[in-house]
Amino acid sequence: MPVIVHPTAFTPGSAILGGVLMGLAVTFTMLFLGRIAGISGITAGALPPWRKPDDIAWRYAFILGLATAPFLVLWAGGGLPERHFEGSFGWFALAGLLIGIGSRLGNGCTSGHGIAGLARLSPRSFVAVAMFLVGGMGTVFLVRHVWGG
Amino acid sequence: MRLLLSWILGLVFGLGLIVSGMVNPEKVRNFLDIAGAWDPSLLLVLGAAVVVTFIGYRLTTALLERPLLGDAFHFPTKREITPRLVVGALIFGIGWGVGGLCPAPAETSLLVGPAEIWAFLVAMLVGMWLVEHALPRLTRWEHHHELHH
Repeated sequence: MPVIVHPTAFTPGSAILGGVLMGLAVTFTMLFLGRIAGISGITAGALPPWRKPDDIAWRYAFILGLATAPFLVLWAGGGLPERHFEGSFGWFALAGLLIGIGSRLGNGCTSGHGIAGLARLSPRSFVAVAMFLVGGMGTVFLVRHVWGG
Repeated sequence: MRLLLSWILGLVFGLGLIVSGMVNPEKVRNFLDIAGAWDPSLLLVLGAAVVVTFIGYRLTTALLERPLLGDAFHFPTKREITPRLVVGALIFGIGWGVGGLCPAPAETSLLVGPAEIWAFLVAMLVGMWLVEHALPRLTRWEHHHELHH
């Protein structure tokens, strides 16, 4: 269990800039494609069996865009921000399993409910985001302050 | 055209995650750690993204009848708060607290690693598949079983 804590600084400027970029991506996904830019939904829809063949390729292109973003930053001469992965493979596999199950049961993740849903003032998304925070804050509290001592 | 655009949309979204530092799982977990090393940056990321999307969605639907490269605006229509939504979002939140990762930042790190990312992503796809394909089969079987009693 990851008990080592890497403190991070509050970075309001880059946080707002990054948020604006994400908001623009979500907006233009609706403007051009008519789709909610919910990453878990885009990903789940890319998995077989492919029931709507003409609704698949754009999902892979979008995911490829996410995955190639670090290379754009490196190519532009920037560096990737520091990233710390505390925990074993099993720990991250557990996280992934919960994220996969939870996002499909709850029909969305931090982008679909968090950004698009809150922007639409959707009651379902307000409930979902509240539960994300309850689950996430509760888990980190347990791991860092109860079990981690 | 649609594919190139989808790639660019994913790229901009991923860029936002990198610029804001949200690709660092510890920055996310520090946001969730209000009793400890609290870093409120994520709040500003989400806030900025929601404000931009709120305005962007309104402008989009006010100015256009349908998306520029799509058939219709596919906004979710579900309104009810179901136990499935609440439980799913809670499971998602727990997974978020465990790993400090959700689908978008994990996919942004897909090609640059580290290997913990792949453990997370494989497990996430398994989780999604379980809910999308194994769970319906299971409940169908139960339903089928009931019919024959």
